[in-house]
Amino acid sequence: MSKDLDVAKALFFEPTGLEMNQLESTLGSMMSHGGIDAADLYFQHTRYESWSLEDSRVKDGSFGIDKGVGVRAISGEKTGFAYSDDISLSALEKSAQTVQAISRQGQEKSILVPSGLVQGNQLYAPIDPLGSLNEKDKIQLLESLDKEARRLDPRIKQVMVGLAATHDVILVAASDGTLATDVRPLVRLSVSVIAEQDGRREIGSSGGGGRVPYSYFLEEERGLSYAREAVRQALVNLEAIDAPAGSMTVVLGPGWPGVLLHEAVGHGLEGDFNRKGSSAFSGRVGEKVASPLCTIVDDGTIENRRGSLNIDDEGVPTQCTTLIENGVLKGYIQDKLNARLMGVQPTGNGRRESYSHLPMPRMTNTYMLPGDHDPQEIIKSVDKGLYAVNFGGGQVDITSGKFVFSASEAYLIENGKVTTPVRGATLIGNGPEAMTRVSMVGNDLKLDLGVGTCGKDGQSVPVGVGQPTLRIDGLTVGGTSA
Amino acid sequence: MSAEANMKANKQMDPELMRAVEYALAEAKGAGATAAEASIGMESGLSVTVRNSEVETLEYHQDKGLGITVYFGRRKGSASSSDFSKEAIADTVKAASNIAKFTAEDEYSGLADESRMAWNYPDLDLCHPWAVNSEEAIDLAIATEQAARDRDARIINTDGVSVNSHRGTHVYANSHGFIGGYPTTRHSISCTVIGKESDTMQRDYWFSTSRMASGLESPEFIGQKAADRTVSRLGARKVSTCEVPVIFSNDVSSGLIGHFLRAVRGGALYRKASFLLDSLGQKVFPDWMHMREEPHVLQGIASAPYDSEGVATSANDLVKDGILQHYILDSYAARRLGLESTANAGGVHNLIVQAGPKSLEQLISDMGKGLVVTELMGQGVNGVTGDYSRGAAGFWVENGEIQFPVEEVTVAGNLKDMFLNIAEIAQDVDPRRNIQVGSILLNKMTVAGE
Repeated sequence: MSKDLDVAKALFFEPTGLEMNQLESTLGSMMSHGGIDAADLYFQHTRYESWSLEDSRVKDGSFGIDKGVGVRAISGEKTGFAYSDDISLSALEKSAQTVQAISRQGQEKSILVPSGLVQGNQLYAPIDPLGSLNEKDKIQLLESLDKEARRLDPRIKQVMVGLAATHDVILVAASDGTLATDVRPLVRLSVSVIAEQDGRREIGSSGGGGRVPYSYFLEEERGLSYAREAVRQALVNLEAIDAPAGSMTVVLGPGWPGVLLHEAVGHGLEGDFNRKGSSAFSGRVGEKVASPLCTIVDDGTIENRRGSLNIDDEGVPTQCTTLIENGVLKGYIQDKLNARLMGVQPTGNGRRESYSHLPMPRMTNTYMLPGDHDPQEIIKSVDKGLYAVNFGGGQVDITSGKFVFSASEAYLIENGKVTTPVRGATLIGNGPEAMTRVSMVGNDLKLDLGVGTCGKDGQSVPVGVGQPTLRIDGLTVGGTSA
Repeated sequence: MSAEANMKANKQMDPELMRAVEYALAEAKGAGATAAEASIGMESGLSVTVRNSEVETLEYHQDKGLGITVYFGRRKGSASSSDFSKEAIADTVKAASNIAKFTAEDEYSGLADESRMAWNYPDLDLCHPWAVNSEEAIDLAIATEQAARDRDARIINTDGVSVNSHRGTHVYANSHGFIGGYPTTRHSISCTVIGKESDTMQRDYWFSTSRMASGLESPEFIGQKAADRTVSRLGARKVSTCEVPVIFSNDVSSGLIGHFLRAVRGGALYRKASFLLDSLGQKVFPDWMHMREEPHVLQGIASAPYDSEGVATSANDLVKDGILQHYILDSYAARRLGLESTANAGGVHNLIVQAGPKSLEQLISDMGKGLVVTELMGQGVNGVTGDYSRGAAGFWVENGEIQFPVEEVTVAGNLKDMFLNIAEIAQDVDPRRNIQVGSILLNKMTVAGE
């Protein structure tokens, strides 16, 4: 971590002449303005690149740099926030002046001087992923997916591949004595293909990534496996018939279908909604909100995962938080503000899209622990239902509890067997109610491949999901075939 | 550029931004680029959120960004930066040039045609700064929230009211010698409240947005509307799975037209990733339907004198008598398809679907029995096949009248059929949106519920 601090200092202080004690004095002057309970500074330097391929050629590439500092002052439930892309003492002081006006009167407070750097987790190497492969090899990687997809089947008419990396360095200093830094690499490789047969066209998509160098995609033919998966999905969908409509038993495959948990449970357990009493889960800690087979966690501490962080964006080390244990609601995910107002500990879930956004309680990697059933047994137990294995995105209305998620690969289950593929359909349910109808949980926990992005209040952050195979008795499937 | 146009442009453009893009283009030329384009913008604003009559957040926004694309023959590279210093701009040009060393040749790449540039563009009156300070904004928000609470005792909580005022300025230039820029403003008030009845809660919102503060609806109106919408959803239930007519209210009808626009966009067409391939000159909607793009509406929410490649925009018919008149093209997609740019780089500007003569109430009466959808959830739209399946909430209609609120259902169909099966469009156009269309009645969709 002290190596991370050197990286951060080289980016934020050396070019600007800023010094650590000036951070303390800025925070100190904010706290001495009456009525401010907490203040923090968030420095960020982000470099990113992306490359894209279509028509078998990499024709587009882009590179960008964004840097700046966000300044926040909190007084009770009130937050003042300003930011600047100019990292300098004068810009800091100006932002501090602006935001402390959130409080008009009250007690003067002082800051705790940091006693040292926050010891975060060490979940990923502090590398620069943009430089982890040379440009020619990046191009070749994109081209290799295109070739693989086209080689697999002549019905593949279109292949689109995207490769992206971010090198994100942050430093947080707060009035509670927090001083923390993190160097966060992130890479992503995604592929979409279009298959055509007898005038019918269908799409298939896959991808993956994590907080790793680009070489991750070359190891174990990972990149190529995304191309194979996209082709397989597109070809399956060429055979798909209309999806059924109505309430039925649904078996969800392992891995990415865990987006169910993210929507049906995760968002509703974010601290801000529960402090405000606007969530369908508000005030229900200790109550049974899911079947006893369900234990669901939010875990920011899995090595190299897309949703993992050494520390959150408020400098709190991430942790594995149990949200639901054997069906009983255990707790919420928290940032510092909402934890303080609810009288609980922060859980390392204070996240923000960038220095120009305010932190909020956000998920990291959300998944359900495995159960006892063999996945084949689960499918065998269903006479008539839907087996959904791949999904696009989802959405939830946390107040009513209604959630949706859209299947991109699904099959009918008839007499305990997976049979015909069906067209994509949206599944809809009510979070607290649907989870009580989980009747079987598989022993095959899988996490997603690392492409998830979660949006809340206009802010996007990378997340992960996962689950074992699940059987839910009675979920509404939005097909067209009555 | 004519002297007159030049003077006009200079008057509207921010001098710092002009200097920055001109420097970026000069650097690109110096680096050996055969063509280049640069886009630069600055935005500042104030956002205030109030909840339970207290300030929750007070945010001061200050964003800026520069993007440059360089062409070396048929190779292309792009880069962006938030730093406008000469060194940073030079580095950005260098980064873009470096990328162009590795990208493949693309015979269709390049700037839009010189002859299509908006050499003389109109002032669309898009900038009306609002001298609102944080205290005044807070008072407006408090008044809005209070109006919602006073409206109905079942409004027991709020998700806050936000008042936003943003001012931006932007310059685009390319190596044809085109340079354009103008300032814009956008202000809004939005109110989200929570209602409760027995054990269930519902949430809904209302917002008002305008280029001018005087164009905003009153706090009372916004608060009351948010409260009415929320309360009307209390007691919502599922319905049985059925095939019925469906009305997409004006809350969601613009989204439906949005799916059509995406399907006739150049990028989707040349990739053959659209369910409306080869639809030019074909009947896509019923023959009484017309759609027109009006980019030059004064103070319009999506008005623009030129598109994001500098191509002059102009009013045009997109759909006439149900027939698609042109695709939605930027210069790249146009060259790939052997067509001309339609000045739609970056999207459409004020798309107006001709309204019908009836009110929403009359449409409901015409429908007799079915579902009025006021909210859609999720991303269940497949742009390649047109398959459509989304979560929905709204109201159940029987005997031509609303009976009760509905939730936790899906509506499904195929967009291609849905477009052709539009029975009527009401007159209740929502002027807040880029796509302006009233409520749409569809003859038949599958509603999945219990």
